[in-house]
Amino acid sequence: MPVQVKGQVLDIRRAGAYQVLSLTAPGISELTRPGHFVTLGIGGEESSMLLRRAFAIHQVQSRGVYGGTLDVVIGVHGKGTRWLVDRRRHDPIDIVGPLGRPFVLPKERVACVLVGGGYGSAPLFMLAEQLRERGCRVDVVLGASTEEKLFGALELKRLASTLTITTDDGSLGERGRVTDVLPELMDRVDGAVVYACGPMPMLQRVAEVAQERQAYSQCAVEEAMACGIGVCMTCVLPIVGEDGVTRMLRSCAEGPVFRGDRVRWAEVGTIPPDTLGAPTEGGHR
Amino acid sequence: MTRALISQGPMPGDSAVPFVDMTADLAGVELPSPVLTASGCAAAGRELDQFFDITSIGAIVTKSVMLQPRSGRPTPRMAETPSGMLNSIGLQGPGIDRFIDHDLAWLADRGARTVVSIAGGTVDEYAKLAARLRIVRGVSAIEVNISCPNVEDRGQVFACDPNSAASVIQAVKRHSDPRMPIFAKLSPDVTDIVSIAASVVRAGATGVSVINTLLGMVINADTMRPHLAGVTGGLSGPAIRPVAVRCVWQIRQAFPDLPIIGMGGIRTGLDALEFVLAGANAVSVGTVVFHDPSAPLRIHEELQRALAERGFGSLADAVGYAHRPPDVTAEVDDDLDFITE
Repeated sequence: MPVQVKGQVLDIRRAGAYQVLSLTAPGISELTRPGHFVTLGIGGEESSMLLRRAFAIHQVQSRGVYGGTLDVVIGVHGKGTRWLVDRRRHDPIDIVGPLGRPFVLPKERVACVLVGGGYGSAPLFMLAEQLRERGCRVDVVLGASTEEKLFGALELKRLASTLTITTDDGSLGERGRVTDVLPELMDRVDGAVVYACGPMPMLQRVAEVAQERQAYSQCAVEEAMACGIGVCMTCVLPIVGEDGVTRMLRSCAEGPVFRGDRVRWAEVGTIPPDTLGAPTEGGHR
Repeated sequence: MTRALISQGPMPGDSAVPFVDMTADLAGVELPSPVLTASGCAAAGRELDQFFDITSIGAIVTKSVMLQPRSGRPTPRMAETPSGMLNSIGLQGPGIDRFIDHDLAWLADRGARTVVSIAGGTVDEYAKLAARLRIVRGVSAIEVNISCPNVEDRGQVFACDPNSAASVIQAVKRHSDPRMPIFAKLSPDVTDIVSIAASVVRAGATGVSVINTLLGMVINADTMRPHLAGVTGGLSGPAIRPVAVRCVWQIRQAFPDLPIIGMGGIRTGLDALEFVLAGANAVSVGTVVFHDPSAPLRIHEELQRALAERGFGSLADAVGYAHRPPDVTAEVDDDLDFITE
């Protein structure tokens, strides 16, 4: 169950093209599982930016001098994220979390492949640790447009049996996309589950690669959210249910982690005509 | 030293709020608090119940429900705007049957007071929704979302035409329990909101909810196309508050005794107070919930404090207080005790 707390900035540090924000988050870090996210209030109480910004939880510490703390990774995309990275130590931040459905972990000691695009690798650290604790083999693939936009390669290398890096410009690792190297890696390690977080086209291809091999995929999606807690209905995408019926589900409440084979990737951003309650005769009135 | 870093913020009820009778009377329905959620901003209460006790506020106003399940519009459905946001959800929802079995039943079990918002594309759909709700328990009032396009009138929005608005309200009234309070939710996108209010009151509305969102639009500077998949969307948030306060004021001036639920950009207790002073008997808080999920309870406490600070012994005494004759204004401080007695 999520809580709303007033946290404080402990530290903010640069990591390549990103910033890592450490916050006190009493009551949140203790409940966090890999894949959970938090939303942060932007601009203080009188802010003209009403919408909270959502971030995958990167790391947590539930004990220590500050009680619970957590880290999120921020890529500056606009005014809200700019405001966040301009915070200083001790500045207050309103935090809600942990939110969403986390990654599902395998019951057996199977080989798991973790795929991160850009700072989509942020939630994979905790996941890698927990999979290792369960005795799963963990291989990691990280990709970005360029070296600067990779996140956490060094640390993930320690957690993984192998780390493969791809960049679009070839500035580090292999030139190309994560999904170029994924099929061969899946075959080599006999991967049973793929966990992925990153841009939608990457997730779509990861889900396909997994499905071609009858492997499971767990994809954490990124959709624009207004509330993050399941009340506003802005972050929906078409998901096929157990009953075979497609519904527009909330990525904040039913996600952000979905089984890759349940998401109608090619139709994200649309209402597929066979969706429950889809418009007929020229759109919703 | 380390403990000082961890501030939980004030917990509800832990600081003494001076006593003010916060009972709100909405056409015979007595609510322990004048603060309600706003339709479409609280779903059906479950999610917000994680952040505050939803039975402690006036009522949950549920997201507008239609006869059939509905997928809503494609994404993007939302854009942040200065002190506000645009939304174009397209009334995604489960349909009335599942709503009654799943959502309304949960709200009743939870002990929350519920105002059910209904929406339709034809007068007949509204009538059927009202008839469906007649036979279920746990409904404190019906709010009729008439800001929907009328498919039988070239998509003209019911709320923008006095006759269409009246036919919807008439149909809902006719098919509801005669004792059920019916609130017509009015759109500010009209030339004269008072004439629409007059029309729905004549048609049998018990009261009005004022206001719905304003129609707006954002062009994405990168794609150089409309940002929302639905092209236009409803503007909400503090940006629209002065428009909403004006609408409440005008309707209160025309109808001294009409029950009014005021809404539009309420973020704090002082914002809620503005609506009450302008003539609202109760208020709905909507978009602020996206910013602060525990806002409804906070706003209740802030409003209570604000009323106490101004010498009001009860919420009812403050309703429409801004309409008092100007000669009283000169000595407001000295006269407060006298006025509130």
